[in-house]
Amino acid sequence: MTMVQQFITIGICVVGTVLTRCLPFFIFSSKKPTPVYIQYLGKALPSAIFAMLVVYCLKNVSIFSGSHGIPEAVSIIVVVLVHIWKRQMLFSIGAGTVCYMLLVQFVFTA
Amino acid sequence: MEKNRVVMKALKTAFPYTIPIFAGFWFLGITYGIYMNVSGFSFWYPMIMGLIIFAGSLEFVAVSFLLSPFHPLQVLIMTLMIQARHLFYGISMLDKYKNVGWKKWYLMFGMCDESFSINYSAHIPEAVDKGWFMFWVTFLNHMYWVSGATLGGLVGSLMTFDTNGLDFAMTAMFVVIFLEQFLKEKKHWTAWIGFLSAVTCRLLFGAENFMVPTMIGILLFLTLFRKPIEKEGGFL
Repeated sequence: MTMVQQFITIGICVVGTVLTRCLPFFIFSSKKPTPVYIQYLGKALPSAIFAMLVVYCLKNVSIFSGSHGIPEAVSIIVVVLVHIWKRQMLFSIGAGTVCYMLLVQFVFTA
Repeated sequence: MEKNRVVMKALKTAFPYTIPIFAGFWFLGITYGIYMNVSGFSFWYPMIMGLIIFAGSLEFVAVSFLLSPFHPLQVLIMTLMIQARHLFYGISMLDKYKNVGWKKWYLMFGMCDESFSINYSAHIPEAVDKGWFMFWVTFLNHMYWVSGATLGGLVGSLMTFDTNGLDFAMTAMFVVIFLEQFLKEKKHWTAWIGFLSAVTCRLLFGAENFMVPTMIGILLFLTLFRKPIEKEGGFL
């Protein structure tokens, strides 16, 4: 990728992000009430989207080859257990990441 | 002088709310900066991207955009897919971001998950200017992120330990955000709809093309099951 292509790529990220953050303010005037269906989606979507994003992060994991997704599975279990235990976002993320790094660097060395 | 006092008072009220974000953003920001650095980018990249994109999850994904062949349409679609949740933050903030003057533009630009969460949920005292409070929350978060990303980009080159697997921090972040959401809910209909749509589409369409069908599937099932979900309270 050339430098110009890099700038265009970053620019698209900016424009896309600004668009999703600003669009509702342009579409739904604060003078009129928001449609009920949109209100429903606003409440129902977050869980579905976060579940989708977890799957997105794991999209390149293959159960049938390489390390069979074991480091990912173990580290996610660590994140979940530590988080239920301490409820400290930072600590849970740190513990899972360290666990994953140790596993892929020392146990499941390709 | 009176205006200065109002602005400073809002800053003092806003700052304590942002302390946890400071810790989180420095950790993730530094991680992101290091990740950019070990992927071969100078610290200018995480610094400027942190400043003008200001969206943690997308910026991690943007590293893979920059390392792949140039494909603007795919970048736009991925960006809109990852950021689509902001549409719903915006819907929730239509009233709160009213009557704050020029600051509204910056509040909309900087409405990341964390700024949205604080500005949506904080009980701002009557005596504190709401517009300036929300401005400072957004601005402080923004600066934490930019400084963390820059620092990571700078010290990444001094790192002597093996950073393989560091990018798992992004996965862990989403797992925690998802878990927080999951633990708050009474029923988990919408979480299952998202999870099963994504897994099914990943298996059917492959790793590179499953996000658009997943979003369509989620909208479809949320619409089909609207009645039972609303009746059962399948979300918070």
